[in-house]
Amino acid sequence: MTPGSEATAAAAAIAGEARPSARVDEGRSLRIAFAVMVAFFLLAPLAIYPIFLMKVMCFGLFACAFNLLLGYGGLLSFGHAMFLGIAGYVAAYLAKEGVALEALHIGAVTLPVGISLPPFTPELAILSGSLAAGVLGVLVGLIAIRRQGIYFAMITLALAQMVYFFCIQAPFTGGEDGIQAVPRGKLFGLIDLSNITAMYATVFVIFVSGFLLIYRIIHSPFGQVLKAIRENEPRAISLGYDADRYKLLAFVLSATLAGLAGATSAIVFQLAALNAVHWTMSGEVVLMTLVGGLGTVFGPVVGAFAVLGMENYLAQLGAWVTIVQGAIFVICVLTFRRGIVGELSRWLRKPL
Amino acid sequence: MSEIFGIPTQALFGQLLIGLINGSFYALLSLGLAVIFGLLNIINFAHGAQYMMGAFCAWFLLKKLGLSYWWALVLGPIIVGATGVVIERFMLSKLYKLDHLYGFLLTFGLALVIQGLFRHEFGSTGLPYAIPKSLEGGQNLGFMFLPNYRAWVIAASLTVCLGTWFMIEKTKLGSYLRAATENRELVQAFGINVPRMITLTYGFGVALGAFAGVMAAPIYSVSPLMGGDLIIVVFAVVVIGGMGSIMGSIVTGFVLGILEGLTKVFYPEASNIVIFVVMAIVLMIKPAGLFGTQR
Repeated sequence: MTPGSEATAAAAAIAGEARPSARVDEGRSLRIAFAVMVAFFLLAPLAIYPIFLMKVMCFGLFACAFNLLLGYGGLLSFGHAMFLGIAGYVAAYLAKEGVALEALHIGAVTLPVGISLPPFTPELAILSGSLAAGVLGVLVGLIAIRRQGIYFAMITLALAQMVYFFCIQAPFTGGEDGIQAVPRGKLFGLIDLSNITAMYATVFVIFVSGFLLIYRIIHSPFGQVLKAIRENEPRAISLGYDADRYKLLAFVLSATLAGLAGATSAIVFQLAALNAVHWTMSGEVVLMTLVGGLGTVFGPVVGAFAVLGMENYLAQLGAWVTIVQGAIFVICVLTFRRGIVGELSRWLRKPL
Repeated sequence: MSEIFGIPTQALFGQLLIGLINGSFYALLSLGLAVIFGLLNIINFAHGAQYMMGAFCAWFLLKKLGLSYWWALVLGPIIVGATGVVIERFMLSKLYKLDHLYGFLLTFGLALVIQGLFRHEFGSTGLPYAIPKSLEGGQNLGFMFLPNYRAWVIAASLTVCLGTWFMIEKTKLGSYLRAATENRELVQAFGINVPRMITLTYGFGVALGAFAGVMAAPIYSVSPLMGGDLIIVVFAVVVIGGMGSIMGSIVTGFVLGILEGLTKVFYPEASNIVIFVVMAIVLMIKPAGLFGTQR
């Protein structure tokens, strides 16, 4: 059993208990939960610091993308920070500098290119960032899906470390300083995003669209096959499904969506830095998903809120943040494997 | 000054030696991981933190109790191994019925806690640890200068690695261990206390990591962060070697250390990613690893 399957098996058992009207019920409880979430993010800026909420939405989307892979595909990627980070770098660079490529040097060969573009508008920068993460996802995915389980985790971690070292040395990332003072720019060249309300609305739209897309993926035939592969890969293969292709596609989708989150947060916080590529960030997204509930639809968002809230609260205590994070990891694994939403869903006997 | 491929031999052999030293640590650490994985099916993320604890143990024994390096070499692994036994008894043993990924996550959490606690206590800057008196100085081999302590590290690491290999592959105790790896229930039915064996195996694997840490203390400075990044490289080493064989993880450790050293000479920009690149190539050609069997 993969970690996600324990949680979803529980959810399935619950759905089974409430069988007669289960099908109708399932949709309803999810719709209510979705409405609550949307209402929360629309009204919360009145009471909570909007910058913090935008961070929650970015990381919530990041965790949802991660959960798509672990909770539904049974693949624990321990290097998801590379997608968050690389998309952030690409988006930040394009929004700040644009493209100025005179010639391409490949070994001794020099190709004259002569592309020169002005700084990108935020929506194009974010799209390019997500695309870059998707391309990286294809490369990493092709290597990583060759092994399952624990090896998959180690391989993604190692490849992410490689990307980290690349980002330290590459000329365009700004090394230890990162890319600072990234302009938020004007959305579609019209809406000025330095206005906090406009920025918040943009992040909200991106977050909700990403969330709905992931929900759609999970509940599509593709998502069902993915779950089948998670439960029993040899059987899925014997039924004629090309497991590697499904896994690769899931990996690339997850990477692209993680990139969307990373690119958005680079624009929001006007910064792309090394900490977004470091393995501690990969650990953090695992923690968010675990705390919120593996293999639940809303868990990662709740987890992101809880973990970021805790960090915000403990920020002035320095090293204690790491200690508390580690302790939560240990407690979650030992006694709280369903996570907040998983427990809630069990208690309500409804899938969430 | 003589040169090979336009590189001064002094620099070449110097980097080779550093590579061999790093390889000694890779071998010891990946061996510990392989021993633990063999029986527990868990990848011990806390290994880097336990390596760091070994180094701190040596520092602590010297500073507070005045016990020399040689005492630390014996006591460090025992003390840190004992904490490993406690961790296995009270935490890891609860997870054997679940997916192995939970063990990975648990040890990741423990690594964060241990690292955080040491950072809180000692800060991020390294603490110095002197080379023991009897190993100061070095030999001039004509083509290069070989510090005694470095020679000792390589020799000690090789001895411990081969000793472990001998114990697991050639002794009766080792045969129990290998049998339990194959079929735990059956071995238990023969009246062997498998849970205790698992506990001690984890303790032993952790002790190997701590031993590496004590040996590393005089070379690298003793710092809370010394194990964090190292362990990821060791993971790559483990993936390259494949977890199947004890000898495999020893050989891969040394070879990759040397390869990394050579890269530093010929193409320094790639030296910290070369092991990951090798990992990617090996996975494309032989997914199970060089010495592994897919299971």
